[in-house]
Amino acid sequence: MSRYIERAENIARLCEAGFRISLTPSIGGGHKEEWLSTLQSAGVIDGYKDAYDEVTGESAINYLLFDERNHSSVRSSLTAARTNARIVRTKLTRDMWETLNDTWMGMQAVSPHQMTNARLPDFLDWIRERTAQFRGALLGTILRDEGYYFCQFGAFMERADNTARILDVKYYVLLPDHQSVGGPIDNYQWETILRAVSAHRSYRHVFHEDYKPWRIAEFVILRPEMPRSLRFCYDWLNVTAEGITEIYGEERPTAELIRSTHRLLKHSDMGAIFQNGLHEFLTDFIDRNNRVTTGLASDFYFNPTA
Amino acid sequence: MLEPDGSPRAHYATLCKWLEEQPARELKRKRAEAESIFRRLGITFPVYADKKALASVDTIERLIPFDLIPRLISAREWRLLERGIEQRVRALNAFLLDIYHRQEIIRAGRIPADVILMNEAYCPEMIGHRPPLGIFSHIIGTDLVRTGEDDFFVLEDNLRTPSGVSYMLENREAMLHLFPELFAAHCVAPVQHYPELLRQTLEAVSPVAPEETSIGVLTPGIHNSAYFEHSFLADQMGAELLEGQDLFVSDGALYMRTTRGPRRVHVLYRRIDDDFLDPLTFRPDSALGVPGLMDLYRAGRVTIVNAPGAGIADDKAIYSWVPDIVEFYTGEKPILKNVPTWRCSEPEALSYVLDHLPELVVKEVHGSGGYGMLVGPTSSKKQIEQFRKVLKARPRNYIAQPTLALSACPAFTKTGVAPRHVDLRPYSLVSDRVRLVAGGLTRVALKKGSLVVNSSQGGGTKDTWVLTD
Repeated sequence: MSRYIERAENIARLCEAGFRISLTPSIGGGHKEEWLSTLQSAGVIDGYKDAYDEVTGESAINYLLFDERNHSSVRSSLTAARTNARIVRTKLTRDMWETLNDTWMGMQAVSPHQMTNARLPDFLDWIRERTAQFRGALLGTILRDEGYYFCQFGAFMERADNTARILDVKYYVLLPDHQSVGGPIDNYQWETILRAVSAHRSYRHVFHEDYKPWRIAEFVILRPEMPRSLRFCYDWLNVTAEGITEIYGEERPTAELIRSTHRLLKHSDMGAIFQNGLHEFLTDFIDRNNRVTTGLASDFYFNPTA
Repeated sequence: MLEPDGSPRAHYATLCKWLEEQPARELKRKRAEAESIFRRLGITFPVYADKKALASVDTIERLIPFDLIPRLISAREWRLLERGIEQRVRALNAFLLDIYHRQEIIRAGRIPADVILMNEAYCPEMIGHRPPLGIFSHIIGTDLVRTGEDDFFVLEDNLRTPSGVSYMLENREAMLHLFPELFAAHCVAPVQHYPELLRQTLEAVSPVAPEETSIGVLTPGIHNSAYFEHSFLADQMGAELLEGQDLFVSDGALYMRTTRGPRRVHVLYRRIDDDFLDPLTFRPDSALGVPGLMDLYRAGRVTIVNAPGAGIADDKAIYSWVPDIVEFYTGEKPILKNVPTWRCSEPEALSYVLDHLPELVVKEVHGSGGYGMLVGPTSSKKQIEQFRKVLKARPRNYIAQPTLALSACPAFTKTGVAPRHVDLRPYSLVSDRVRLVAGGLTRVALKKGSLVVNSSQGGGTKDTWVLTD
């Protein structure tokens, strides 16, 4: 459930970044390229190509937000979150359920045809507000029992996966030996990456300098204070695994994989990552994260998609 | 916005068509939405009509009125402005460096010595000091008006602490939110990288390497009308927002107090006036500044931006000489025109001004903010006669200019879409090179027929769109 809420939020952020870029004068590949990479970052490009012949802003937005053929669309995610929430209804607090249910009803009431460019920014804001409210309700009201820990597992696995995919789609603009350094095209590519993880402002507070590709990679992969970085996600997954171990009185197998992934992120530096290949690092990470997801599902006997 | 024959200028065509399609109801809704966006952001400012109100604790928080309809500038016009502004800001900086050193322009007889040396804004403490890269004014707002095709006049240069750039940026954010479809129909040059350019500009004049530079924004505090802007720029640059009490001088360096002990500050982007910078050098009663700051500055241990003493170049008494200044330092004809100006200190000029008051704008030399001025064409006979007495009593304090046939832009007023007069303030950043974002702050006189755009006089702002080809 939590992972679907997280997914809805991430898709909204991705859409926001893509939409914003599409309003600025196109440099480089133009808007079509941008929506293509947005779809790739969301991991839905194959499904999109089955559904549409051509990449346009309008159909990309529709596919990302509303299309039920897309299992990761905001609408599908909210529906899945609500279905799961109903299954474990007694584990949810009233605040959590009402927030989720209101959000789902709100989403049902919106038709894709109403979603003009003029309304889109408000709508994306609304999704972010609702998902933030859900997280607030969760943190403020839920018992710290296994239900809480499962929610945290879901949310941070999803977030780590999302951040890693955004980076992997554009990893080539982050390489230090990347040819043109700091041209307008690069700057705009970098900004899109940071916007998609809502880090374009916090970057300055941490680095006090212009966008540098290796710094961006460091920020989004290794920095523990950046709440959507891979490192941050695994700090939390690790804490969560420890919490669960304490409740169950024994460690389940996947805890070791989480621990080793956490160690890997904690002790890596960007120099080594670039040397061994950023793309390889990200691919390996996504694979590990997937194994954590399926591992936890079998450790605790739940449906891996839940 | 219109051609002389009344048809819209080419680059306005799309906007005009769009405006015609918008029901007034929809625009009203958007206006309410814009207001709530600005309130949520907290871009409010206290308004005071007189000095007394300053003392009262609970000044009312107001929004500068925001007009929904963007002001468009064609790519061609912008190229012209860009060249003209760069020429002007380079010349003004050369002028500042000169008057605090060899004073070649005085020796050459191009400007009378007393205009400069007797000017209150001339800062003797700066004589002989060469700031990093020889730049005095790093952040300059150039106030322009357009009177016809490719025809721009500079109304005023702002070389001290020009404000309003946060409106340029937040107006754009609001517009992106309110009217994304309009952006999709135009190619609008981005302005959002301004804070990045500002940081590069400040780092380029730092006493240490850019990557080691720590930047502070010095604000008078939360009661200042531009406080939002100070905090906004600090946040956007990833710099520290500081008040005088957060800073101290020790061992030949400037430090800020932090929760982890003192930390060096290398560049101070100050948003307080010269007089308040350092009580040991300027006003001894200033609590806003930092004792000992000027000594550090002269020793090159910290860079103050804009430099003390830069204000003389935007003094209204100097304004009329700027075309000479541009020619003297660049050897080129000025690209941007000055508004013809009568210096009331000169007897001939004064008698002309007194004879033509109803058609002139008369401004106080050291005033700002649209106070203490006369706009002849919109003033009553009584007001003009009152002003005549003031002017005769202290002619040296005034300059006069003709009223220009300012260009107007569509604005969304209480009675629907109607033309209103506008000016334009682009912000240039000067250090190792001149950085200029394509855009600026458009201020609009929201009262029908009014030519005064100051926010304290009922002016508002608009988003400014420089179109790319």
